[in-house]
Amino acid sequence: FNWVMCIQNHCIIYESTLVPAEVKIRLIDMLSEAGLPVVEATSFVSPKWVPQMADQEEVMRGIHRKNGVNYPVLTPNLKGYRAAVNAGAKEVAIFGAASELFSKKNINCSVEESLQRFEEVMTAAKQDGIPVRGYVSCVLGCPYEGKVSAAKVAEVAKRLYSMGCYEISLGDTIGVGTPGGMIEMLEAVKKEVPVQALAVHCHDTYGQALANILVALQNGVSVVDSSVSGLGGCPYAQGASGNVATEDVVYMLHGLGIHTGVDLHKLMDAGSYICRSLNRRTSSKVAQAACKL
Amino acid sequence: MGNVPTTVKQYLDCGTLVGDFPWSSWLLEEKKGPDVRSFPDFVKIVEVGPRDGLQNEKEMVPTEVKIQLIDMLSQTGLSVIEATSFVSSKWVAQMADHTEVLKGINKLPHVRYPVLTPNLQGFQTAVEAGATDVAVFGSASETFSKRNINCSIEESMQRFERVISAAKQAGIPVRGYVSCALGCPFEGAVQPTQVTKVVKRLLELGCYEVSLGDTTGVGTAGSMAAMLHAVTAEVPVHTLAVHCHDTYGQALANILTALQMGVSVVDSSVAGLGGCPYAKGASGNVSTEDVVYMLQGMGIETGVDLSKVIEAGEFICRALNRPTNSKVARATKA
Repeated sequence: FNWVMCIQNHCIIYESTLVPAEVKIRLIDMLSEAGLPVVEATSFVSPKWVPQMADQEEVMRGIHRKNGVNYPVLTPNLKGYRAAVNAGAKEVAIFGAASELFSKKNINCSVEESLQRFEEVMTAAKQDGIPVRGYVSCVLGCPYEGKVSAAKVAEVAKRLYSMGCYEISLGDTIGVGTPGGMIEMLEAVKKEVPVQALAVHCHDTYGQALANILVALQNGVSVVDSSVSGLGGCPYAQGASGNVATEDVVYMLHGLGIHTGVDLHKLMDAGSYICRSLNRRTSSKVAQAACKL
Repeated sequence: MGNVPTTVKQYLDCGTLVGDFPWSSWLLEEKKGPDVRSFPDFVKIVEVGPRDGLQNEKEMVPTEVKIQLIDMLSQTGLSVIEATSFVSSKWVAQMADHTEVLKGINKLPHVRYPVLTPNLQGFQTAVEAGATDVAVFGSASETFSKRNINCSIEESMQRFERVISAAKQAGIPVRGYVSCALGCPFEGAVQPTQVTKVVKRLLELGCYEVSLGDTTGVGTAGSMAAMLHAVTAEVPVHTLAVHCHDTYGQALANILTALQMGVSVVDSSVAGLGGCPYAKGASGNVSTEDVVYMLQGMGIETGVDLSKVIEAGEFICRALNRPTNSKVARATKA
């Protein structure tokens, strides 16, 4: 592997401090400048469920779109999709689960029902020529069901891919996964979806993220989701960390001689900016080490 | 030598070539990278919290607390627990109570309690206090050696020779450490060939095992693989251990790489005790809990009961009045 794409997840959604639109816009602009090829901008879910995302339109219109950078947005259903397109979205993402219980608790319907909802979004997106990215959550474990079978993950990934998603991001939602489980899960999914269309979205709740990402890379994956400063705690484990920090991922990739196009210093600048705005400490160890306190 | 540049052909032997142009090694050698599918069945964890961990904590820890920590760790299934250090209390105040600690702990029959002995004097004091395992601490970087233990690498080796020879007579096994194996806070990059030299020396002197330390945690899976590739070309991999610091969050990925390259001994510190003295506010040792979690998840045996390690970690963090550095402990408590 010699080139890996780092996708920036906008996980401000899980931060408890409400952040004004200008701050979100500035952050996204800084991340674009840092060289990230994909920056997830916002989410078109109902603000009733996620108040942090109420300013979705303002953010979409306010960001400075850098040439060559994609700004996908989450669209859980047709309504959200239409609002997103109206606000200028050029790429969307849909979120499935590999666990029935998680699907019911998280989006109030079964996995099958959610896939049917997504079909509607897919049809509209195809007509509009808008690419769709698919997410599968709980790929290495579920907060309710516990163990999740690799076969189930492969099944959901296959459905999303055959529906028309150009890429499937496999999420270790509660960070319980370890390298063995990652390898096993990827082997099952690779039988149904070409590895070039796969991404990994690892949470660092148990400190396993970088090790899991490493084995994913060794097994052919070349797209990695991460979050600047490791923003976004884990809603299922109070006080535990969530997303893996982009700075730490990029540090590892560069150390492996892998090209990412990301400027680590500019990335760290974006990280310290958002941490100051949120008045919280960074979750990135690279940022902590580089900061001479 | 078909596609090797003409300028290079004038060299008659590879050794000189690689010596003058280190980059050329990739042209000449077949690089053995990590074996993706292969992991050891069993990994021995060397717990360094009570020594390396506490040594780098700002808070002075009372002797009874140290003893209780070690006793709790003895109940977890760990087979090696580094208990203390027989350095002069002038240099490391935290370890001034070394004799009391070693005499005070409840030594279980299936657990070893190595202690650091930087010189003959320290060794003799350690033996008097009942030590049955000792360790010596070398460096792959000259500058680090001078700044850390006030002498060159060669001088330190001569000191260790005296310790090891006395240890041999007393039938006491000696473990070697090489710090700065993946980078030095003063010199920056450290050549794998330099690490190899120091490792070989320690093994030749009589160490049964050498622990390779990423002292400032700057290493990545890439530099770990390159270093191990060089070292394992000259010494058997079963004599090696890795001691990774998590200052840049790279420890578990580095440990994973080491396992893939045949290493099966890993140093770690309960609760990730011990900051990094070279980067204020940054973390240091990798947490035992996080390492055990990973290994367990991979079906690799360690003999360690994770929940008991978490308990020991909670105990010492309460005593130190500081949060744990272990993500597993934090997530489990949540």
